[in-house]
Amino acid sequence: MKLDADSKTYLCTTAALLALLALTIGAAFVNLGPFNTIAAMCISIAKGLLIILFFMHVRGSNHLIWVAVATGFFWLGIMFALSLSDFMTRGWK
Amino acid sequence: MSDPAATHAHQFDDAMQQREAATFGMWIFLATEVLFFGGMFLGYTVYRFAYPEAFAEASRHTLLSFGGTNVAVLLISSATMAFAVRAARERKRTALVWLLLTTAALGTLFLGIKGFEYAHEISEHLLPGKSFQFGGAHAEMFFYLYFLMTGVHALHVTIGVVLIAIFAFRAWRSDAFAQHDTPVDLLGLYWHFVDIVWVFLFPLIYLIDRHS
Repeated sequence: MKLDADSKTYLCTTAALLALLALTIGAAFVNLGPFNTIAAMCISIAKGLLIILFFMHVRGSNHLIWVAVATGFFWLGIMFALSLSDFMTRGWK
Repeated sequence: MSDPAATHAHQFDDAMQQREAATFGMWIFLATEVLFFGGMFLGYTVYRFAYPEAFAEASRHTLLSFGGTNVAVLLISSATMAFAVRAARERKRTALVWLLLTTAALGTLFLGIKGFEYAHEISEHLLPGKSFQFGGAHAEMFFYLYFLMTGVHALHVTIGVVLIAIFAFRAWRSDAFAQHDTPVDLLGLYWHFVDIVWVFLFPLIYLIDRHS
């Protein structure tokens, strides 16, 4: 398996992660209404993707690894979608 | 990129296939971890939608400076871990030992900061139970989820720190990963996963309605 790993990639990833941390804290102090949580989650997803692609080397990995990574999050999506479609609609008449 | 010096078990064609199988297995384990933490994130989501005001009020009483510092600590520890994995791959033993020790030290720092935070919260009567004194049952649910999720996460960090220390010791003592560095790879995957969990926990716990 190719290890896509020059120091520059790691340092740039780290810098981007710390910048996104500052951004998420800054955004929390601006009133965006319901978009505060959406913005925070989008930034967290961006950080997660950076870690998965560059620190966990999924970017240079074979397709089997991509499938394994996607599977965990896909099943998480099923759990949230089915559960919330119940809890979020209980008030509907 | 097959390495003729590396050994592999007889059921694999070569060392590279063995490494890929091990990495695949680790990702299957991490998928179960995603669902394990996912159940708690789901519970959090349901209760936060049910009691948004109580969750916002409770969240404003968490220690943002501590939580934010801990994000930075774990992100930097992930970087040192990534460098450690590369050092193992390149057979740089001294660098591997020091990078692992730095990662373990940062993990310990995370736990120390979290410990101060817990001590502060317990002294403020924010631990759910008989001594809980803050708002009503809905705020108590926030702090119940807070202690549960950060506690399970801290357990994962503790396991990681212990494993990293053992790996550093083995690399230093017997150069254990010179011919077979896949275990360091897998340990790195675990550590990065623990980092990702905190990346998602942080805004959900510390950053609800900070602007009001």
